[in-house]
Amino acid sequence: MSDCFINGIASISAQPTTDPDMFLEELISYHENIFRCHDPNYKDYIKPAAMRRMSKSVKMGVTTASMALKDSGVEIPDAIITGTGMGCKQDSEKFLENILHNDEQFLTPTLFIQSTHNTVGGQVALGLGCKAYNVTYVQGAASFETSVMDAQLMLSEESGKNILVGGIDEIAKNSTLLHKLDGQIKEEDIDIITLLDSNTSGTVASEGATFMVLGAKTDKSLANIIDVETISEATPDEIKADIEKFLLRQGLSVDDIDAVVLGNNGDIKYDNYYKNLQSSIFSNIEQLCYKHLIGDYYVASSFGFWLACKIFATNQIPSVLKVNDVTAKNHNNVLLYNQYLGKNHSIALLQRC
Amino acid sequence: MAELREELKEKLIEQLSLEDVEVSEIGDDDPLFGDGLGLDSIDALELIVLLEKDYGIKLKDPKEGKAIFESIGVMADYISKHRTK
Amino acid sequence: MNKGIAITGMGIISSIGNTVEENLNALKSVSPGISRVEMLQTRHSDQIMVGEIKKTNSVLEEELGLQPLHSFSRTAMIGAIAAKEALEDAQISDVNKYRTGFVSGTSVGGMDTTEKHYLEYTEIEDNRRFIRAQHAGFTTQSISNYLGINGYVSTISTACSSAANAIMLGARMIQAGKIDRMIVGGTDALSKFTINGFGTLMILSDSECTPFDDNRKGLNLGEAAAFLVLESDSVVEKENKKVLGRVAGWANANDAYHQTASSSDGEGAFLAMNKALKIANMTAKDIDYVNAHGTATPNNDLSEGVAMTRIFGEEDTPLFSSTKAFTGHTLAAAGSVEAVYSLLSLKENLIFPNLNFKTKMKEFSLVPQTELVSKEVKTILSNSFGFGGNCSTLIFTK
Repeated sequence: MSDCFINGIASISAQPTTDPDMFLEELISYHENIFRCHDPNYKDYIKPAAMRRMSKSVKMGVTTASMALKDSGVEIPDAIITGTGMGCKQDSEKFLENILHNDEQFLTPTLFIQSTHNTVGGQVALGLGCKAYNVTYVQGAASFETSVMDAQLMLSEESGKNILVGGIDEIAKNSTLLHKLDGQIKEEDIDIITLLDSNTSGTVASEGATFMVLGAKTDKSLANIIDVETISEATPDEIKADIEKFLLRQGLSVDDIDAVVLGNNGDIKYDNYYKNLQSSIFSNIEQLCYKHLIGDYYVASSFGFWLACKIFATNQIPSVLKVNDVTAKNHNNVLLYNQYLGKNHSIALLQRC
Repeated sequence: MAELREELKEKLIEQLSLEDVEVSEIGDDDPLFGDGLGLDSIDALELIVLLEKDYGIKLKDPKEGKAIFESIGVMADYISKHRTK
Repeated sequence: MNKGIAITGMGIISSIGNTVEENLNALKSVSPGISRVEMLQTRHSDQIMVGEIKKTNSVLEEELGLQPLHSFSRTAMIGAIAAKEALEDAQISDVNKYRTGFVSGTSVGGMDTTEKHYLEYTEIEDNRRFIRAQHAGFTTQSISNYLGINGYVSTISTACSSAANAIMLGARMIQAGKIDRMIVGGTDALSKFTINGFGTLMILSDSECTPFDDNRKGLNLGEAAAFLVLESDSVVEKENKKVLGRVAGWANANDAYHQTASSSDGEGAFLAMNKALKIANMTAKDIDYVNAHGTATPNNDLSEGVAMTRIFGEEDTPLFSSTKAFTGHTLAAAGSVEAVYSLLSLKENLIFPNLNFKTKMKEFSLVPQTELVSKEVKTILSNSFGFGGNCSTLIFTK
């Protein structure tokens, strides 16, 4: 396995996460099951002329991409790889509604142009004038991880590259409400901080973006991505075995893991995937969760990568993340696991550099 | 005609999301594309729909738009001559 | 020359045929599949021509043996049909015997079902199963579940270059030893969403499209799915597999010029072709035939043509054609549809014609191959470009 280091990272989420000097010291509380991200001042990153047509996901994506590049000191990356579960949902939804409500008449191109899943990847490239490799992955909750896997593959083919990898998903008014209708989002509004103990089906929905610059080790390296794996479908016990096999391939066992970052989202129908691990192979490991802070969305798991980098950089674990009583002495190996509705499982191992 | 020109300026700002532009800043003869207001080919397509929807003028070939959308003044002349609503 | 990754199976459904064999027969007998819209309800049915698969959704359901209340969109159904044919062609019965992955390209995923049910979800509970089915990843998983593939599954959505990128990813993962076998390709069904979307860009032709013609008016949309089975050499050896051809070169570059339009110097296309030749360890002279993207929009054909003259030289450009006048532009599936046609060219030593061409373009002297021609073909370069500046090139060899 070739080296795949995170040399810069930035995340926009429902919490104030864009200030590099902060690590969840200040939290925003939410009391509705659909809530938007905490916006930075996009005008600081995007020129007004470029911004006039941009939907939320494009603004979030272009801004976090710019922050991550700045963090890494890389100006123009050698590849841009983006992941998104739903793509530019706001513009897709508006265009679709215009088609349906106006009987396919008087439609304008801007919404359609920006409805494609690769809009953010294309806009980042256009903004940077970057003519390199550019791909967008759309695989539900594994959209971000499949993007990271491509970057990792690319670094193994040709070392010395700097690869910009990002995940973006936005709330769209009506389409997100549909997820309430089909049971993906909880019926009754809750205090989001209580999400993990809600004992009801469904989760809460939000939005966000995380971008990272991956490459060879530098003095800015925050973490080493040892490996990432995605599994389309599996039972909780199969996942347990898959995690053990995953670690074995790295010459490790669960005992070598200092903390696990889990994607519990308070959906009693599917949190058993996590609980099955929490009560067995992870029972003696420090367990951390985050979706009671930022909600769930298809690339919410990218927040786990940001958390791991923050933990390595600050040697701190905000207590709000902790869900068991185990405290690791050092945090050198952090394992991430996430799934959504029993599908698109992802396992990632990050190591301190 | 002056009224139509003002109306067009307002519509332009709204339809093309020209958030930082005021009606008073658009001169009747200012070029809309290139060095003037800086509109592009996507805006031209938006304006074609605006002609159809609000004034009942249907352009078949997007290339026709180039001359019509030269400035607010030219656009207003064209609309007043060809409008069906 | 890069030996490349073995292709051991292929499957396709398009407006010119429901199987590889039917597609080959239509190409050989020069029977294009461009018609008026019949399966889909749209107010534009008299204004556009499309490449439509003349099967209703219920016929597709029956062919796949789907249960009532399934959540397959039309995109997923045609995808499953083509992927199944590819597995059968590769004589794979136990899909999990080797580490097997599935990568599909799609642009709008299950939009065809969304646009049908969107306004009624609140009233009709039974249809709510299609809410999740809109997502592109869901479409892919419907197909991978149908095939029994549960490990590495992903979807690439880079507009009209999606399937080409899926093939590229499969080849790269096998080359790196990450996986033994990949089913790769793409699927897109016709939808009101895309018909109206391309309509707003005013690039839909009201008659049969005419790629690379000076008087071209725009594209015909099409629907199709096509998949290839890629296998590592060790699997090919162990199983004593027939090899249909190889993916020997691949590249992806971005034009970074405009959200939808291609640059006038074809820079993105040039970079993609150039890099693909490098990966294949070939020079431009090694290419016998180019299966062009050739959508028949004024912008694409000019940009792609200029890029070809930059790669090959205006006088030395090899035989080339766009097969879009047969199938229409099948969006995310185009790259894999044309990969299947490229493999058929290699196998049959035939070059399929660029239909409806009459007048040479003013900007250069390039003239596409307009007749079916028999010729020894060893290497084919195939282009796919999309919105967002995405340009991809694949090179196939015997």
